[in-house]
Amino acid sequence: MIKDPRAPEPLGWKTFSQGIWKENPVFVMLLGLCPVLAVTNTAMNALAMGLATTFVLVCSGVLVSLLRKVIPKQVRIASYIIIIATFVTITDYAIQAISLDLYKALGAFVQLIVVNCIILGRAEAYASKNTVVNALVNALGMGVGFTFALLCLGVVREVLGSGTLFEVTLFGPSFQPWAVFVLPPGGFFVLAMWLFLFSYVRKRRARIQELKKEVSHAA
Amino acid sequence: MQPDSLTFIFLNAFIINNFVLAMFLGLCPFLGVSGKIKTAWNMGLAVVFVMLVSSTCAYGINYLLVRFNLEFLRLICYIAVIASAVQLVEMVIKKFSPALFRTLGIFLPLITTNCAILGLALFQTNRDYNFAQCLAFSLGAGFGFTLALVLMAGLREKLELAEVPDVSTGAALSLMLAGLLSLAFMGFAGLGG
Repeated sequence: MIKDPRAPEPLGWKTFSQGIWKENPVFVMLLGLCPVLAVTNTAMNALAMGLATTFVLVCSGVLVSLLRKVIPKQVRIASYIIIIATFVTITDYAIQAISLDLYKALGAFVQLIVVNCIILGRAEAYASKNTVVNALVNALGMGVGFTFALLCLGVVREVLGSGTLFEVTLFGPSFQPWAVFVLPPGGFFVLAMWLFLFSYVRKRRARIQELKKEVSHAA
Repeated sequence: MQPDSLTFIFLNAFIINNFVLAMFLGLCPFLGVSGKIKTAWNMGLAVVFVMLVSSTCAYGINYLLVRFNLEFLRLICYIAVIASAVQLVEMVIKKFSPALFRTLGIFLPLITTNCAILGLALFQTNRDYNFAQCLAFSLGAGFGFTLALVLMAGLREKLELAEVPDVSTGAALSLMLAGLLSLAFMGFAGLGG
C-alpha cells in the first residue's frame, strides 16, 4: 500500500524524540545558528534562551495546528509569522518582568526568535499538517533538542572561558580562564568541535555496521 | 572619534562589531551562499540594498508607533513591513531593471528571513538613532556583511583544493574557518577607543 504523504502521522515516541537526536535542529539540520552562538557564553543564558524558544515553538505550533484549516494557503507564511511574532512579544515582556539582568544579557536575541528558522520550519513542515496533540509533542521534542544543543555549547564555553558553571566556581584560584571561549570566536570553535565529535561518532558507527556485515557474509 | 558621529557608526557596524563575525546575525546565508566569490558578492549587494530600504521603513514605523503609544506592536509591525518591503523591492526591480533582477535572483526573497535585517531595525530603535545615523548604520552593516561573506567565500574556494581529514568536512570546517576570521576581526576592537 502506498502511504499518503499528507496523512497525519500516528502519535508515538518518535514524534517527540526525533527532535532531540536524529533531527536535532542545531547539530543535524544546522538551523537557527544565530542565537546558538550569540547567547551561549554562559550556561544560564543558554538555558533561558532555550526555554524561551521552546515556549514560542510550542505555542505557535499549537495555534498553527488549530488554525490549519482556516488559514488560506496563499497567505500562510505571513500568518505564521504574525502568530510567531505575537508569542515572541509575550515572551519578551515576560522575561523583562522576571529578570531584567537576564533580559539585558540576552539583548535583542529574544526578539530575534521571530526569524529563527526552526520555528517557521516546524510550523510549515509539521504543525500545518498534523493534529494539535502531534504538533504539541513534536514542538516540545524540537524545543528540548534545541535547549540541549544550547546547553552543550553554554556549558563548555562557561567552564573553559570563565572557570564557572551556573556561576559556581569550579577550579581553584590558580585557574587561568581561557577568555577566547566567552568571546565571539569561541562560539564558532565550540560548535565546530561538537560537529567534529558527532560526525566522528556517526562515521565510526557506520564503519562498525559495515564490518559486522562483512563478517557475517564471510561466515 | 565621537561615538555618535556618522563615520564612527559606519565603521562600528562595518568592522568593529561586524554583524556576522562579532554579533552572529545572518549566519544562515553566511554558511549557505559563501561557496563562490561571485554569488557571495551578489548576495552581499542584495543585503545592502534591502537593509537600506528596511532601515528607512523601520524608522518611519517607529516614529508612528511612538506617536500613538503602540510600542508593544513594534516587533509584529517590523517583521510585516520588512517582508512586504522586500516583496515590493523585488517587483520594482523586476519591472525597471530586469538585468539587476537576474543578478540578485533568488537572493531577494531569501533575505526576508535573514535575522541581520530585523536585528538592524531593532538595534537602531534601541539606540535611538536619528535618520542620518540609521542610514550610516545600515550601510555599514550591509557592507560589513558583504565583506565577511566575500572573505569567507575566498577562503572556501581555496579550501576546496585542500586535503582535510574525513570527519572534518562540510559545516564543521566552515565554522572553524568562521571562528578564525572572527578572531582576526577581534583585532579591530580597539579602533573605536
